[in-house]
Amino acid sequence: MRSFEYARPETEAEALELLSEHGGNTAVLAGGTDLMNLLKRDVIQPARVVDIKSVSSWRGIKPHDGGVMIGANTTLDEINEHAIAADYRSLIDVIDGIRAIQITANGTLAGDLCQLPHCWYFRNGYGLLAMKDGESLVATGDNRYHAILGNSGPAKFVSASRFAPPAIAWNAKVRLVTQTRSVSEGVEAMSVKEEWLPLEYFFLTPKTNSQGVTVLKPGQLITHLWLPAASDTRSATYEVLELNGLDQPQASAACCLGLDGGIVRQAKIVLGHVAPTPWIAHEAAKWLVGQQITSDIAETAGRMALAKATPLSHNDYKVQMAQTAVKRALLKATNQLHETL
Amino acid sequence: MRDLRDESIPQNGSGFNRRDFLRGSGAAVAVTALATSEQGAVAQDAKKSVRTAEPQDITLNVNGKDHKVKVENRVTLLDTLRDDLNHTGCKDVCDTTNCGACTVLIDGKVTYACTRLAVECVGKKITTVESLAANDPVIAGFVKHDAMQCGFCTPGFVMATKAFCDKNPGATLDQVRKGLGGNICRCGTYAGIAACAMELVTKGGK
Repeated sequence: MRSFEYARPETEAEALELLSEHGGNTAVLAGGTDLMNLLKRDVIQPARVVDIKSVSSWRGIKPHDGGVMIGANTTLDEINEHAIAADYRSLIDVIDGIRAIQITANGTLAGDLCQLPHCWYFRNGYGLLAMKDGESLVATGDNRYHAILGNSGPAKFVSASRFAPPAIAWNAKVRLVTQTRSVSEGVEAMSVKEEWLPLEYFFLTPKTNSQGVTVLKPGQLITHLWLPAASDTRSATYEVLELNGLDQPQASAACCLGLDGGIVRQAKIVLGHVAPTPWIAHEAAKWLVGQQITSDIAETAGRMALAKATPLSHNDYKVQMAQTAVKRALLKATNQLHETL
Repeated sequence: MRDLRDESIPQNGSGFNRRDFLRGSGAAVAVTALATSEQGAVAQDAKKSVRTAEPQDITLNVNGKDHKVKVENRVTLLDTLRDDLNHTGCKDVCDTTNCGACTVLIDGKVTYACTRLAVECVGKKITTVESLAANDPVIAGFVKHDAMQCGFCTPGFVMATKAFCDKNPGATLDQVRKGLGGNICRCGTYAGIAACAMELVTKGGK
């Protein structure tokens, strides 16, 4: 690990000032699960690490604007043990799949959203696009865990976030803040710029190695995630896990369904780990409206969601996995998924 | 209670062992490091409480005892515990948040020591496997159920098992297996560890 400065602010204003210095070449430390690995592998070289765990206003779960607001410092265990766990099942499905008490005790939802891709070319220093001599190492190399959708451009990694698919299906928003500097009549003033962004617009597919995987600008961070009122929306996430350990899912699907007498009135389906960003299956969700979820209907929705898949040389197996993830998420949300499946 | 780190207890018949030898040679290196780092120390920016990158004195509370140690910000808690504070119970195996051999408790929260910077732990209570008495129920359970083979993963597994069982009395076998999924044993002693954990959660985690 390279050397860096370390700071542990206690207020939002202090944290934002610390993050904005060094030209924004700073890193946010919460649970540390991803950041420490990035630092050890020298994938990122921040001049300063800002430990945000002591910023108390970024911790906890509170009602906000008709829904709930989860602070960036709230751990997965705290979410799992909170009363909201009963309402937002699809988020709890993901926590349930993280088979390490060390990670659920320390990891945070915002930290998961900001994970960098686990693509082995990226983690070994070839950049997000993994290009060498003008050629994509992914396209010609070992791409078994890479994208099967949205991979026609140079980015072929998959989005690493496990909570983004369910949170986007819930139409979650994130609060992004940054410090801005203004000079008025010769007096310099600092202010906090706040923005609530729908989470589905948070993720980007980079076209060059200098672009990132999210809209976050230097010195900017997520401080809260907002979820709309759950009312009687049904939700579920189904992750296809390779083994029973800590590996990333090979594919996942999350859905939120509004039902009326067993008939779908509203649907949103989001896939994870299949594209450089979480992947919203608009057409499949639209087709579900007016239908009753059965095993056949769920299977067809899965096929529709993957109809435009363009697998690489070694990952066509993921298409079937993602289709099945959609099917099982829909069945799980409607209490039709049985353990024998 | 037997302190596992008590140097007055002979480790073997010859009065000489590998750990003491390594401990002695490590100390000599540490002294050299301290002497050269003195000049690099820079005062903190008090206003913003930014720690500069140079080695600085910090105090870590390990198993109820304060230890002063000079570290750089980039040093993990795992390396500090093992290399500076001689708490070699937590093991450095994968160093990438996968294997669990470095598991310790920080303010009671079960944590991979490889994902924590030592400076992050200032003001917190760190509990390592060395704090457990030889007759601790988890250790006794590991012995009873033959839950170790080479032993390298064992300290991490013991700490994870302790944390899991204290928090989840009445857990099912599935929950035990999932709860301890963050630890890996290459010898494959999982059945023994699960049996030990099941006995503990059935007794109410104590």
